[in-house]
Amino acid sequence: MREIFERVLATGVGLDEAGILEVLRSPDEELPELLQAAHDVRMKWCGPEVEVEGIVSLKTGGCPEDCHFCSQSGLFASPVRSVWLDIPSLVEAAKQTAATGATEFCIVAAVRGPDRRLMDQMREGVKAIREAVDIQVAASLGMLTQEQVDELVEMGVHRYNHNLETCRSFFPNVVTTHSWEERWSTLKMVRDSGMEVCCGGILGLGESIEQRAEFAAQLAELDPHEVPMNFLNPRPGTPLGDQPVVEGPDALRAIAAFRLAMPRTILRYAGGREITLGDLGTRDGLLGGINAVIVGNYLTTLGRPATEDLALLADLKMPVKALSATL
Amino acid sequence: MYCDRCGFPKDNSDHGFCEAARKLEPPRYCTHCRRRMKVQVVPAGWTATCVEHGTVTA
Ligand code: SF4
Ligand SMILES: [Zn+2]
Ligand SMILES: [Zn+2]
Repeated sequence: MREIFERVLATGVGLDEAGILEVLRSPDEELPELLQAAHDVRMKWCGPEVEVEGIVSLKTGGCPEDCHFCSQSGLFASPVRSVWLDIPSLVEAAKQTAATGATEFCIVAAVRGPDRRLMDQMREGVKAIREAVDIQVAASLGMLTQEQVDELVEMGVHRYNHNLETCRSFFPNVVTTHSWEERWSTLKMVRDSGMEVCCGGILGLGESIEQRAEFAAQLAELDPHEVPMNFLNPRPGTPLGDQPVVEGPDALRAIAAFRLAMPRTILRYAGGREITLGDLGTRDGLLGGINAVIVGNYLTTLGRPATEDLALLADLKMPVKALSATL
Repeated sequence: MYCDRCGFPKDNSDHGFCEAARKLEPPRYCTHCRRRMKVQVVPAGWTATCVEHGTVTA
């Protein structure tokens, strides 16, 4: 396997699906070497900086879609109720995020796609943030029309998140109210608009190891600017509420495999890392291919305090990416 | 009193799992009346509101 690591390191060209699968199947004894290889690739092709981001839910709950992992679907008996964040609180959340040194602030809504009300809230919210806070604004509002893509660009949204969530072959097991292809077509429009594409997913939905490799290969084909990696945090009342969490070593192998599949992408720790990896595993992932974090709380669950992650980055001598470096 | 995570009565039953989970989750049910609360999570905190019993924040 050392040979294929050397090739990725030298060329910056990611592993193909067969290579990814080999990595995902590697034994625990080889994990330290694998993480080191992924870390070397990250350091060579991305550098030591870590991109820090905060996220907030502008519209929570009551979503008409049925993504089986999601506590915000209105179709399950989840305790999450529908709620909207007001603009002053949105600006305050952006300020809190910027105060951690973060350069990215992502506004998220639990919707199939935006309606007029949500686009109007976005327009007002993005404007208010840009006037008051020095931070880049990203958005995640579900599937878009071309007009909505254009409108977001015009508002100054610089990156759009839309996760494929899992590989094409497993997607119908997880979502039945829309297709993987519909998600893909939104991503194409975002890409063509010049906005940065942020696209990742969730591991531990019941997919096989082969399907995990398939997913990484499909993401590599899309070649997103950023890939957020979530690990399922089973939510009460959802169809996946009793699914076991991903084992730590499997999560770390997946992190390394995703890095080796996409040497130059921003590979971000997103939801579920606290329960899957804990403090020690979080550190291992940052030394195994991860080069971005979400700090603070998530959309409906809590993260560890931003100060703990920042202290860890300082300890690892990984500088937080500055705003000037991202503009 | 009700468990603020699962909404079931606190009396004799064991909510140890709920309490552990609550370290990484905001409350969802009002402890007084068991209503589902409106919960807003933000990067540095959360607020949870029961229409009858008011708002808790952290
Ligand atoms: S579209 Fe988004 S908010 Fe709606 S159910 Fe799926 S993951 Fe949840
Ligand atoms: Zn309980
Ligand atoms: Zn109440």
